[in-house]
Amino acid sequence: MQKVGIIGVGQSTFVRGYEGSIRELAFEGFQESMRDAQLKPADINASIICSAPEYDKQRTPAGLLAEYFGLNPQPTFYIESVCSSSSMGLRVAYSMIQAGLHDVVAVIGFQKMSEISSAESQERMGRGADIMWESPFGTMMPAYYAMHARAHMNTYGTTEEDLALIRVKAASYGQINEKAVYRKEVTLEKALGSDPVATPLKVFDCCANADGSSCIIVASEKMAKKLSPKPVWILGLGAASAAINMPGRKTFTGLTCAREAAKQAYGMAGLTPQDIDVAEAHDCFTIAEMMAYEDLGFAERGKGKELIRNKETYIGGKIPVNVDGGLLSKGHPIGATGGSQIRTITLQLRGEAGAMQVEGAKTGLVHNIGGVGIYGNVSIFGRD
Amino acid sequence: MGFERFGTVSFVAQTKVAEFIGYLDEGKVMGTQCKSCGTKFFPPRNDCAQCLGSDIEWFEITGKGKLLTFSKLIYAPAGFEGDLPYRICVVEYEDGVKVFGRISPSIPDEDVSIGMALVAVPVKLSGEKIAYEFQRA
Repeated sequence: MQKVGIIGVGQSTFVRGYEGSIRELAFEGFQESMRDAQLKPADINASIICSAPEYDKQRTPAGLLAEYFGLNPQPTFYIESVCSSSSMGLRVAYSMIQAGLHDVVAVIGFQKMSEISSAESQERMGRGADIMWESPFGTMMPAYYAMHARAHMNTYGTTEEDLALIRVKAASYGQINEKAVYRKEVTLEKALGSDPVATPLKVFDCCANADGSSCIIVASEKMAKKLSPKPVWILGLGAASAAINMPGRKTFTGLTCAREAAKQAYGMAGLTPQDIDVAEAHDCFTIAEMMAYEDLGFAERGKGKELIRNKETYIGGKIPVNVDGGLLSKGHPIGATGGSQIRTITLQLRGEAGAMQVEGAKTGLVHNIGGVGIYGNVSIFGRD
Repeated sequence: MGFERFGTVSFVAQTKVAEFIGYLDEGKVMGTQCKSCGTKFFPPRNDCAQCLGSDIEWFEITGKGKLLTFSKLIYAPAGFEGDLPYRICVVEYEDGVKVFGRISPSIPDEDVSIGMALVAVPVKLSGEKIAYEFQRA
């Protein structure tokens, strides 16, 4: 089977309250990726548009963006798996290229969360769970992840301070990422002293909502070698699902969709967790990164806390995780998040991550979750 | 119709398992069981994901469940502000059935701990609304 590579990456700066329309926001990520790949719109054979549709007033955004980006008459369509939409977009792009349908595909993720009010946004996010049996009790994303945090603490002795340490790390890198929405330091005292949202999670355990866009240009082996001086190869792709409702969950100390996706991705790549040099984990909440350490095999179950206590997930540690600030500091514009994570790993493997660079990184991993562990995507990348 | 009576704010009015509401009125919290293969489901459902049959019967969630995990909300989504603060939870019963819901405000925070025994009890809300909560066993 041929290889499939990434030949261009881009993202907008993630901001609160983008002063423009969704077409202009999405264009920023697309523009940067096309300049990175040195391509023109006619070089793109198909486009995949990824976002969570309930934020958009525009119906069927794919049609809008394809026209605005100069991508007519090539095919375009929409992929949605809430927060993991653009990782799922990458999977579809990979499939189309392997099938021989297209050679060069653009995966465009975007979200203008500020299209709707904050209260509307919380209510809509809550409806990303079972609206018939759970939303009537007044659920929210932080509360769902908080139930996982409580179970993890009770089972393994993880503490609120361990979770706060993850936030401190995220903020230390968010400060040096010029694309991040939150660029301030967060001390341990500040994180631990922040107001509760849904116990045991506090304000600083939660990621920042943001407006943003990302774009990944994916190409067949032949075109990647022809067009790019340093393509980054897709080595492994894993995708899985789990019950949308909480009673359908086997455990609350991890996400089974992430474990299953990781198993698939490692298997396809022929690699183990020890082979990964740098990783992006879906830290929509601090507990999500803690569970990711274990679900991805970077730590044994229950030992994730030791990784962060010993600073092993910082640059220079055993397995640097979210050294771009993660969702916690970089921000989490739903549909754009996976593409932004893939961009970070691509830059890392090209040695172009600047102050965030993990020296000599050859293999990187992206863990991108949709909803409260409904959709799990794990992707592994490498370079020549 | 009928299911719009479920919870503080309901997002679904029509379902083939709306009888759940009638059972709540009678003081019972019920799940469904597939008549063909015997699989028990909570939340209730009209269709079986194991054998793909649609012939179901109701069973009552009785006895003591064990608190698996919970969270106390300090902020609420639109429409639930008047309920704050409240605690959502997952409770597991001996037959493996798990039920999502709220912990009764009658139990103070300091008495709530993982593993504690709870029972599911229907509760009338304002207007015609109805739900269930977990009370001390």
